[in-house]
Amino acid sequence: MTDAELQFAVERLEARYAAAIDDDRLEDWPLFFTETCRYQIITRENYEKKLPVGIFFANSRGMLIDRVRSLREANIYEAQRYRHILSPTLVTRREAGAVEAQTNYQVIRTTQEGAMMLFSTGRYLDRIVIGGPEPLFAEKLVLCDSRRVDTLLAIPL
Amino acid sequence: MDDRPIVWPEPGFSRVPYDVYKSAEIYDAERQRIFMGAVWNYLCLECELATPGDYRATFVGDVPVVVARDLDGSLGGFENRCAHRGALICPKEGGNGARISCVYHGWTYDLKGNLTAVPFQRGIAGKGGMPEDFRREQWKRRPLRVEVFAGLVFGTFAADAPPLATYLGPAIAQHITRVMRKPAKVIGYNSQILPNNWKMYICNVRDPYHASLLHLFFTTFRLNRLSAEGGILIDESGGHHVSYSKAATDRQNADYDAADLRAKNEGFRLADPSMIEGIDEFGDGITLQILSVFPCFVLQQIQNCLCTRQVVPRGKDETELLWTYFGFEDDDAAMTLHRVKQANLVGPGGYVSMEDGAVGSFVRRGITGSGEDREVLEMGGRDWRSQDTRATESPLRGFWKVYREHMSL
Repeated sequence: MTDAELQFAVERLEARYAAAIDDDRLEDWPLFFTETCRYQIITRENYEKKLPVGIFFANSRGMLIDRVRSLREANIYEAQRYRHILSPTLVTRREAGAVEAQTNYQVIRTTQEGAMMLFSTGRYLDRIVIGGPEPLFAEKLVLCDSRRVDTLLAIPL
Repeated sequence: MDDRPIVWPEPGFSRVPYDVYKSAEIYDAERQRIFMGAVWNYLCLECELATPGDYRATFVGDVPVVVARDLDGSLGGFENRCAHRGALICPKEGGNGARISCVYHGWTYDLKGNLTAVPFQRGIAGKGGMPEDFRREQWKRRPLRVEVFAGLVFGTFAADAPPLATYLGPAIAQHITRVMRKPAKVIGYNSQILPNNWKMYICNVRDPYHASLLHLFFTTFRLNRLSAEGGILIDESGGHHVSYSKAATDRQNADYDAADLRAKNEGFRLADPSMIEGIDEFGDGITLQILSVFPCFVLQQIQNCLCTRQVVPRGKDETELLWTYFGFEDDDAAMTLHRVKQANLVGPGGYVSMEDGAVGSFVRRGITGSGEDREVLEMGGRDWRSQDTRATESPLRGFWKVYREHMSL
């Protein structure tokens, strides 16, 4: 794979990931991850202080499936949708079968009644395995710039 | 008109006029009569002030304060407002040192809030400077009395507040020490902005009735059905409470199932149940304990997920909820991983806490134009005593009893 092909593959993964969430195809969201993935939403504050607790943590695809099932069947929150705006992806490291990459994100949240807000901005720090039919996230760290969350965080970032 | 005089409806403490959430006048009065009155306000964990010279910026109600461990090891605090022009003396989250200087004009304070230096107090080359009769000792910051109980740091501005242990009372003290049984360490922070009055959140915490009706994730996995063995303890004042349950004692219950809850969904199973696998680290089978100390402190144990929650009013319609997740110094990597995974249950995105953010907003919007309408709190009767069931609202009635005493309402 050339650098250009790799860049394209990684950015396409990021774009498909964001589109699945924004289009409310949450059931597709775990499919962008490996079986033994690690996914965490954590504030920059905790990350920089090396504190392990974030806002959500998973170390298996099953835990992502559970998140979606809980949002669909158990949790109660005002209907809302996200709009992700992603920056170009910077591949920071390339090795056999995997890359590390970072992508800035902004998420605008729109609630049922129409209120819109800049809900979260930050960085994805990703480890992506390549070589299979599609690249997959082995690790995705969602590093939120702000230490505050408005009202609640239900849908994944 | 949201600022009409509050007229408290009878009977007892089972009615709450909605105006109490909406009045700006009430909000201001709460600052003086409750937060700066004869109560103990949670400030931080003692392990966050481990070393002499450590200080942290925190809040008493919405009033900014500094809490510090002085060089002699003693704990104290003071209002975080420079005597000169009112700027925050400590605009950061904290630090370590013998003194703190206001960045504006460099007025400098020791960790007891004494003003120790004023730049150019004598002027420059004989010109300017403060008047001859200016005395730095007159400008000591208003001190906080600070006490520690089982690793939790509390402060009060009131000279007439009883000692902290007396304020907590034996039952609450025992349920605090049950959790805070060895040296703690912080494993994370989160902050959540709630679009509602602080009392709506506090009353939600003290409401055992909603737990298994609103928070369906928990109920589905039988971590907190009202039929599980547990109860409600309320202290002698009515202001503090503990709600606890033991998941292992849960069993099928006809009354419960007959209620036809959305919660009863037998088909729902976790794909990866490792999240809710925990260890009975306290050895008493209690899997859930929610404890509140009047006015604004919550200590939470949900399995191995341990948190303090500091509820900070941010105006009459906004509240900041500060979550501090902790474990113990001797936790190994496996225990920390349990705590990190179970932290998915709580916080701004928690499986069993995200709804608390949603309902506060629903109530705030619902009580628009409520006039002289009021809440009805009659589940479990009309008094505020301890009960051996969680199908009760007695902790809410206890809250309003103490609230009204402080507010003379």
